Amino acid sequence: MKAFTRHTGLVAPMDRSNVDTDMIIPKQFLKSIKRTGFGPNLFDELRYLDEGQPGKDNSQRPLNPEFVLNQARYQGASVLLTRANFGCGSSREHAPWALEDFGFRAIIAPSFADIFYNNCFKNGLLPLVLKEEEVDELFRAVESVEGYALTVDLENQTVATPDGKIYHFEVDEFRRHCLLNGLDDIGVTLEDADAIQAYEERRKQEAPWLFPAG
Amino acid sequence: MGEGVSARNGGSTMSGKTLYDKLWDSHLVKERADGSCLIYIDRHMLHEVTSPQAFEGLRLAGRTPWRIDANLATVDHNVPTTGRENGVEGIEDPISRTQVRTLDDNCNEFGIVEYGMNDQRQGIVHVIGPEQGATLPGMTVVCGDSHTSTHGAFGALAHGIGTSEVEHVLATQCLVQKKSKNMLVQVDGELKPGITGKDVMLAIIGKIGTAGGTGYAIEYAGSAIRGLSMEARMTMCNMTIEAGARAGMVAVDDTTIDYVKDRPMAPKGEMWERAVASWRELKSDDDAEFDKVVHLDAADIEPQVSWGTSPEMVTNVGDRVPDPANESDPIKREGMQRALKYMGLEPNTPMTGIQLDRIFIGSCTNARIEDLREAASILKGQTIASTLKQAMVVPGSGMVKAQAEREGLDRIFIDAGFEWREPGCSMCLGMNPDQLGEGEHCASTSNRNFEGRQGFGGRTHLVSPAMAAAAAIHGHFVDISDYYDRAG
Repeated sequence: MKAFTRHTGLVAPMDRSNVDTDMIIPKQFLKSIKRTGFGPNLFDELRYLDEGQPGKDNSQRPLNPEFVLNQARYQGASVLLTRANFGCGSSREHAPWALEDFGFRAIIAPSFADIFYNNCFKNGLLPLVLKEEEVDELFRAVESVEGYALTVDLENQTVATPDGKIYHFEVDEFRRHCLLNGLDDIGVTLEDADAIQAYEERRKQEAPWLFPAG
Repeated sequence: MGEGVSARNGGSTMSGKTLYDKLWDSHLVKERADGSCLIYIDRHMLHEVTSPQAFEGLRLAGRTPWRIDANLATVDHNVPTTGRENGVEGIEDPISRTQVRTLDDNCNEFGIVEYGMNDQRQGIVHVIGPEQGATLPGMTVVCGDSHTSTHGAFGALAHGIGTSEVEHVLATQCLVQKKSKNMLVQVDGELKPGITGKDVMLAIIGKIGTAGGTGYAIEYAGSAIRGLSMEARMTMCNMTIEAGARAGMVAVDDTTIDYVKDRPMAPKGEMWERAVASWRELKSDDDAEFDKVVHLDAADIEPQVSWGTSPEMVTNVGDRVPDPANESDPIKREGMQRALKYMGLEPNTPMTGIQLDRIFIGSCTNARIEDLREAASILKGQTIASTLKQAMVVPGSGMVKAQAEREGLDRIFIDAGFEWREPGCSMCLGMNPDQLGEGEHCASTSNRNFEGRQGFGGRTHLVSPAMAAAAAIHGHFVDISDYYDRAG
């Protein structure tokens, strides 16, 4: 997995709450058996005016000029600023895959849906929670200043604005550690293989019906 | 509401234990120095959409599954609901065909039991687990699908995971977790005739909101919940994710035990007796404390219909489409305006005045035998409105379909004008050819009314099977209570 330490990038504001994972990547693109290539269909129904399909040439499709990611000033954005409960709904990891493939490295919101939040960390994408009023401030700043960029520092758990204001965010120690070092958490868990086996042996005595194969 | 994920604490530890605490404790393999926990997984269900990249990850890392017999797979999201005579080769969409075949190949390679497309035990993953007794009380159950919360109805700890975690469970039989907080949703009193688990759950989501359960595990309790069948409890736990909580659960009682008994994969004989004795403990202690408690009076719950593009945008069938002008929160107001525009609805329209184009009875929320019985009881001797373009029933599994056919329910649906299909997820998310057309309104027994969910530009109204059946007869929503009053 790609490590995340510190990132400075252009911010795109997506001013709506409850953005669901169906919206992030619609179902027809979930038929792929790969982890890559979802970026061109990120937010497909908001981004294009026609219906997207796998294999369709996206460069020929009519863009929705109203949609934030289609606006000239937000081209190249790598930090997404959004509202509460981002990533709700389906557990599809295709959602963080699409965001990452598009070029996002960090997402800032007042809250995230649990499964989506967890999935981001597995893909080098940092979801970070700021207070509602801090997010409001950032929305005002992004919309008023063209080229507005933020610096996200995972080591110090801070977000720095161009004028030097610092916001602090919380993150679980284990998730932070894995993301900072780009660790494969399966490898980390397998270091505890003995503990897993010991648990299984104990459990076979307590609840043998859970181990019908013995 | 609006709690950040990072605002979690470790749950209540000062008093008695909640059901969630007990399930957590009995599956805790190790708590690490940084506070993260390894939780053991008893049952892992797989389907074709969220597993191929996980199997590929295993292969690339040279890993093998930790415990083959904990896994059970089926194909459900992509499979067509007609024309299965030609098997997987007969799936018209080549990308879907590849995905279905990839699961078959992966299960063969790793030796995982799979109910393939034409196996009678095939069906929606959250229908077949309980049906086969693969889901048992006291288990941890996970699957790469957010509606895995369904299995919590058995006094199990069950939740959806992403594909990286599917790979993690395959490789280690564990997940790295942080404990959620405890929420109790208490529903007391008697439900009115015709009010189902679906209505209760939609009413709860309407009350606490789609993020109301974020960071919590929810236990449903109270006399109204005790009075519900297992299948109604599954409907409720299924939609727990729509309230933002990954896991929902109901304590074990006689209803649970009776449902599990004699299922193909349930323990038998002496082992059954031993298991039942243990399962009887799967309830919250009387002095358990919850971080949050929500009360509902069962008698207040009316038939529910969603009007917007989030499951919290729901109201009583007798009410009107809400007016954003009455909403003081600007973000909410804008969300309502956007939803009404997408749904093509004017504020203050009576819910019964919305003209419907299609009816869908199916999905992991409402495609079990009781759901089909309930819908059929409304449709018996009736015909669907001529204004509808389509009405379809998609049973949750091959076993449900066979049972319904034994009871003659298929004839009732077909005679009424419904299409009787093969099992799968179907129009709940339209990954197969079953989709809404642009601008079409659908009365759907599924779980999500998100934009585009059932088809590009499609407009979903979430309802119970009985409400969907009655709406099919009239071409618009009607108050199902009238039916039950007349019948009673």
